[in-house]
Amino acid sequence: MEMGPKNISRREFLRNLSLTALAGVSVPLLSSCTKEEAEDFLQKRYVEMTEEEKKRVIAKLEERYRQKYGKKFEISTKGPVPNTLWGYGLDLSRCIGCRRCVYACVQENNNSRHNPQLHWIRVIRLKRGNLINLENSEHYYDPALVPEPGFVYMPVQCQHCENPPCVKVCPVHATWKEPDGLVVVDYNWCIGCRYCIAACPYKGRVFNWAEPSIPSEEINPSVHYLGNRPRMKCAVDKCTFCVQRVRVGRYPACVEACPTGTRKFGNLLDPNSEIRYAIANKRVYRLKEDLNTEPKFYYFFEA
Amino acid sequence: MHHFRLLILFLVFLALPLTLLAKEGEEFPVSPPPLTEGIYPCSQCHASMEVNRKKRELKEAHEDIKLHHAETMRWCLDCHDAKNRDKLRLYNGELVKFDEGYRLCGECHGNIYRDWKAGIHGKRVGYFSGGKRTYMLCAHCHNPHDPKFKPIKPEPPPEKPRNGNGTEKH
Amino acid sequence: METLKETWHFYQKTLSLVVRGSRAYYLWCFFLLAIVAVGFVFYVKQHDLGLTATNLTDQVSWGLYIANFTYLVGAAAAAVLLVIPAYIYHFKPIKEIVVLGELFAASSIIMAVLFVMVDLGRLDRFWHMIPVIGSMNFPTSLLAWDVIVLNIYLFLNLLIPIYLLVKYYYQKEVNWTFILPFILASIPWAVMIHTVTAFLYNGLAARPFWNASILAPRFLASALCSGPAIMIIIFQIIRKISHIKIEDEALFKIAEIIAYAMFINLFLLTAEIYKEYYSDTVHIAPFEYLLEGLHGHEQLVPWIWSAMAMNVIAFFLFLVPATRKRITTLNLGCVLIIIGVWIEKGPGFVIPGFVPDPLGEIYVYVPNMLELMVSFGIWALGLLIFTLLMKVAIPITTGEFSHVVYVEKTSRREEEDKAWRI
Repeated sequence: MEMGPKNISRREFLRNLSLTALAGVSVPLLSSCTKEEAEDFLQKRYVEMTEEEKKRVIAKLEERYRQKYGKKFEISTKGPVPNTLWGYGLDLSRCIGCRRCVYACVQENNNSRHNPQLHWIRVIRLKRGNLINLENSEHYYDPALVPEPGFVYMPVQCQHCENPPCVKVCPVHATWKEPDGLVVVDYNWCIGCRYCIAACPYKGRVFNWAEPSIPSEEINPSVHYLGNRPRMKCAVDKCTFCVQRVRVGRYPACVEACPTGTRKFGNLLDPNSEIRYAIANKRVYRLKEDLNTEPKFYYFFEA
Repeated sequence: MHHFRLLILFLVFLALPLTLLAKEGEEFPVSPPPLTEGIYPCSQCHASMEVNRKKRELKEAHEDIKLHHAETMRWCLDCHDAKNRDKLRLYNGELVKFDEGYRLCGECHGNIYRDWKAGIHGKRVGYFSGGKRTYMLCAHCHNPHDPKFKPIKPEPPPEKPRNGNGTEKH
Repeated sequence: METLKETWHFYQKTLSLVVRGSRAYYLWCFFLLAIVAVGFVFYVKQHDLGLTATNLTDQVSWGLYIANFTYLVGAAAAAVLLVIPAYIYHFKPIKEIVVLGELFAASSIIMAVLFVMVDLGRLDRFWHMIPVIGSMNFPTSLLAWDVIVLNIYLFLNLLIPIYLLVKYYYQKEVNWTFILPFILASIPWAVMIHTVTAFLYNGLAARPFWNASILAPRFLASALCSGPAIMIIIFQIIRKISHIKIEDEALFKIAEIIAYAMFINLFLLTAEIYKEYYSDTVHIAPFEYLLEGLHGHEQLVPWIWSAMAMNVIAFFLFLVPATRKRITTLNLGCVLIIIGVWIEKGPGFVIPGFVPDPLGEIYVYVPNMLELMVSFGIWALGLLIFTLLMKVAIPITTGEFSHVVYVEKTSRREEEDKAWRI
């Protein structure tokens, strides 16, 4: 190994090259990080925040949404109502597959409309007599009128399992089950690994593959931090049983939208609730019960 | 003897309010019935008209109403009281207001009436707790003269992922 | 203090070793750097737009990146195939090259981790995965296990070779009581990394294609095929371009072990296929998609059958001593296995898990240009890292690059300088 002037300059050259390379690598990466990402970088997990921190985060988000969408937002952080366990009922004999629930949900929950188009509810069409094997389902039916004879329609959304596989697999605790039974996501904590999407047996979770696109006029400004506040790119979201509504006693948007009264909602721990009546008096079943996820979505038939 | 009579009186006094209760039925907070504009009270026309109990097709008024609801077994005056058109008529002749119409429907559709009272039949809106809970009348969703739901146009299907990359099934 | 000085000196020396080489070396490095640059440009685009720039959807949410990740974790586990003969059986021909194998495992793990990083939707939130600072869901989440286990394996496969190489460089005695426990630990750890990766898929009840106990054994069997096959090819290249003597004996031994591993792989595959096709439940759908086409969608069918053919041919090439001990057929077998296992364990494993999706939908996933370019970029980066590691490790192993030589050279030069000044 020679040790002359030529060697020193080669070492310097190498040093300069590696520094330039590092700068060249980090500048485009850093510049493609948005201002929002930079602001939120050190934000803590929601459940670990103190009340003070929550207030600050809410104020920051309200300001951000106001600037982005031009409306005054109200972000609730209302906790679970004591002694509640939310349950959902669905009368499959009455679903006509009109998808009004799907779009009411999109409207209420500030879902991305296009690229990606995120529907938290998926209505699938099954042939009569063939209801368990979902492989024969049709998702994209588009007839002139519904219901079509010979078919049954089954809406599916996050089942808010009591034993949720998605919560088990999330590597960062970004999704968890609240005391009132709702499985929620802290959108600012999710790292976008999509393991939960692989784990969900009901396709309840969807991913914001790009920055969500919501027309400002259609924005719903009364939101909950864990529910329908506008999300950001590459975070997972899903039905929250309209956490912003049910914790103040209102029906979820899909229940109100259904024109045939298919959907039922209530508190499973209240023996006088509608959902308990349905479970006691109708032949209820749950999807994929053999997977032992204990979903809270009770389907039943009358005819 | 005297005590026995007192006892009977006491029991009768006790029973009376109970019968009243049985007669009126439970109260449900419903929104107003969906009557056509200007048509109520019906007595403004019918009070001065003669009652014609013959089962026929109506030609002079209400021709737009085509009864399609057990029409082989009954007609208008089986549900609408002949003498007082402002009220509906139960099977035993008892008259009920339009906003208690569920009692009439419930006579034939007992299972559904039971479900409706428990809150699991039909559309639910508003608050299920901590706020104003409202029921909807049968007539809010079902046309009493032609109750079967007509097929409606569905909302559009979701976009195919990546513009239709192979999701068709044969 | 002394060790620090020594380490710094060693690092400086290796740097000057790495930037100097033959013309072929420069060409190779710049070729790889070019691919890395292209991959990086495409990655920035993905980072900007979000993962919508790939062809992934809610239906098939893991694709080429995770396929490559799975394959590379398997290739990394294969270092154990060298460690066991070298340190447990003291098989001399392999003992000389085990350090190179461990460095290959380290490069493989780096590539695997990079593939996971480009697949993450929010790389800026990666710190959420760090225990204590973030909130790692250990021990419930298998991904958390995988992160820990892979990083420890990377640490082991960097510590052991670097320790040994530095000791060889300074021609000091290796402290076996210090390093041997790490070496022995790396054997079960290699099994562990691939078992944990298999369990990651295995535990998902929602995906019947993966929810089979056979997954972990199959992963190990195919890992012990692909990694060593890559190493056989690499060792022949190293043998050609450097002074390292790698005996044919070593290569043939590795090939023999591959033959047994491939037999187990094929047997387990047969077991899976029998179970699905004989019981004939609805869970046969992903297998149908893979092997025959489902509802007319046949994109993966030619790939998997080619992979099967390659694996079977390679199995026989390695089993029969005549073909195993002839270099041309040996190399043919290696290439067939590398590609065959990549297809079978990469796309042929990850994609059918998502078809049909839990609600019965079929989305045909085909990676797009961006995913391909980023994947090539990462493979090139891994190869580049491995090349640089070899550029240092080989001269140390042959004794050309060592402190003694450096000391001799510098003292000779000092004498010459002195002579000049006189």
